[in-house]
Amino acid sequence: MTTTATTAAAPAATTPGRRAGPVSDTLTSALRVLLAYRRSPGLVLASLAVPVAMVLVFGYVFGSAMTVPGSGNYREFLMPGLFVMVAVNGLMPTMVGAARDVGRGLTDRMRSMPVSRSALLLGQALADLLVGVVVLVPLTLVGLAVGWRIRDGLGPALGAYGLLVLFRSVMTWVGTYLGLAAGKEEMAAQLSVLTFPLAMVTNAFVPTGGMPGWLRTVAEWNPISAVVAACRRLFDNPGAVGEAWPVQHPVTATLLWSGLLLAVFVPLAVRKFASHGR
Amino acid sequence: MTEAAIAVVGLRKSFGKTAALRGLDLTVPAGTVCGLLGPNGAGKTTAVRVLATLAAPDAGSARVNGFDVVRQAAQVRRSIGLAGQHAAVEEGITGRDNLRLIGRYHGLGSRGARSRADDLLERFDLAEVADRLVRTYSGGLRRRLDLVASLVTAPPVLFLDEPTTGLDPRSRQEIWDAVRELAEGGTTVLLTTQYLDEADRLADAVAVLDHGTVIEHGTPGRLKAAIGIRIEVTVAQAAQLDTAVRVLADLAAGVPVADPAERRVEVTSGAGRTIALPQLVRELDAAGVSAQDVALRTPSLDDVFLALTAAPGRAAR
Repeated sequence: MTTTATTAAAPAATTPGRRAGPVSDTLTSALRVLLAYRRSPGLVLASLAVPVAMVLVFGYVFGSAMTVPGSGNYREFLMPGLFVMVAVNGLMPTMVGAARDVGRGLTDRMRSMPVSRSALLLGQALADLLVGVVVLVPLTLVGLAVGWRIRDGLGPALGAYGLLVLFRSVMTWVGTYLGLAAGKEEMAAQLSVLTFPLAMVTNAFVPTGGMPGWLRTVAEWNPISAVVAACRRLFDNPGAVGEAWPVQHPVTATLLWSGLLLAVFVPLAVRKFASHGR
Repeated sequence: MTEAAIAVVGLRKSFGKTAALRGLDLTVPAGTVCGLLGPNGAGKTTAVRVLATLAAPDAGSARVNGFDVVRQAAQVRRSIGLAGQHAAVEEGITGRDNLRLIGRYHGLGSRGARSRADDLLERFDLAEVADRLVRTYSGGLRRRLDLVASLVTAPPVLFLDEPTTGLDPRSRQEIWDAVRELAEGGTTVLLTTQYLDEADRLADAVAVLDHGTVIEHGTPGRLKAAIGIRIEVTVAQAAQLDTAVRVLADLAAGVPVADPAERRVEVTSGAGRTIALPQLVRELDAAGVSAQDVALRTPSLDDVFLALTAAPGRAAR
């Protein structure tokens, strides 16, 4: 250990360096992401400012012209949608970050080191998850301030938060794969614009009941709608549910969608990472 | 030490239909610096990527520090450091944190990684900027940190892929000093570069790559000797250019190249030939050429490079 740490260099006969093991690699990888957050408080502030701005824009600007079917408050209808939007927005920085690491050679350096590939990605995903959990706190407080309430007790509410965190991690893995596949920061930034229509064609901001038939079907089968519907049910917030199976059984649908997406994108991302440029 | 630090035999690698390496052979003895020269697309970077286990070869074999890059990739990764064309350091954190993270990945533990980072920062003159975000570093500083990042484990074999491309002269000098210091400490270095003076200053041996194979290999001195002396003649009148070309073709082994715009003819004498200035002037005079300027120069590695890569169809050694 001391030899590795102090000698300048050694000829070919020396024992090669050791490897840290997957648990340590995962933690180091998470530490890397968290250090970047710690060093740029602006990044943290920005990730908090976006949801607050969304509450104001959607809740008060759009909300002034909206009536929720039934007799709900629009902002109370909106909040579960925003919770999910914030989870979905986690996709963009992950995607751009992964593409930037490829473009700047960081991915190559990591891959030239004796580090477990899945541990590297897992660590980043864990750090993203932690950030996702932290962001839920101010968003909850803002929601409470504008009239949103948890109406069905703590148990179901914790369930809703659990689903949000799960879906955030789904977005992290999807974003990691897409970013690695894009390979260039600019390309990833362009791609991330596409998440906007994907997020809008859902039940997050307006009930699906008023959409044309085909669009309504697309919106109700959108995985994001299932998560929004699940949150509305678990928080017991107002809003028409919709007709398709996923929004009728939102909790089950969220779990199924998440399981399916993770089963597809985790192996894809790990494979892409391990084989990049081979 | 019976085995070379880097031993490459018949290495082939294609990307789709493009063959990047077509039977590359290369041996780098432990503790030496080898310069890999070649034009863009010659296969330098691909060679480094295969040796650093980033790309899988299609055929042939490569051993680094005694380990096979395909079957013993994990051991190879523990034996090498890689500094690429990009400054592959994390921008959003400090230089010190960059080095500490790499130390942790390499199993030095939290404390070990910290003290190793401190040592390296001190030794490579980065201590002053260590606690600044890398985002605020200049290009040269970033590249130096990148180089230091590849040294965290004191790897016996170091790959430097165009380490000074795009740097100002002062920063290049600093990188060169660092590489020289490492080489003196016994590190084997494989360095790719487009700058021939860089290879000239740093490398014990040079391998010239073209179209995915090594077309020439040797010490910088031997390569220069192989093309002999470089002769440049500028004639007074453009009409005399053809005559001057004929005179030089008789004298030298190389093929004279005429530049009508400059009224100049250039040629290399060829291995072992010496041409004296008075003889050259006499021959030109006898042929009726009035020379405005006659110069004999020791060739630079640039001349070697141009002479080697300009000749098409030259067989691979």
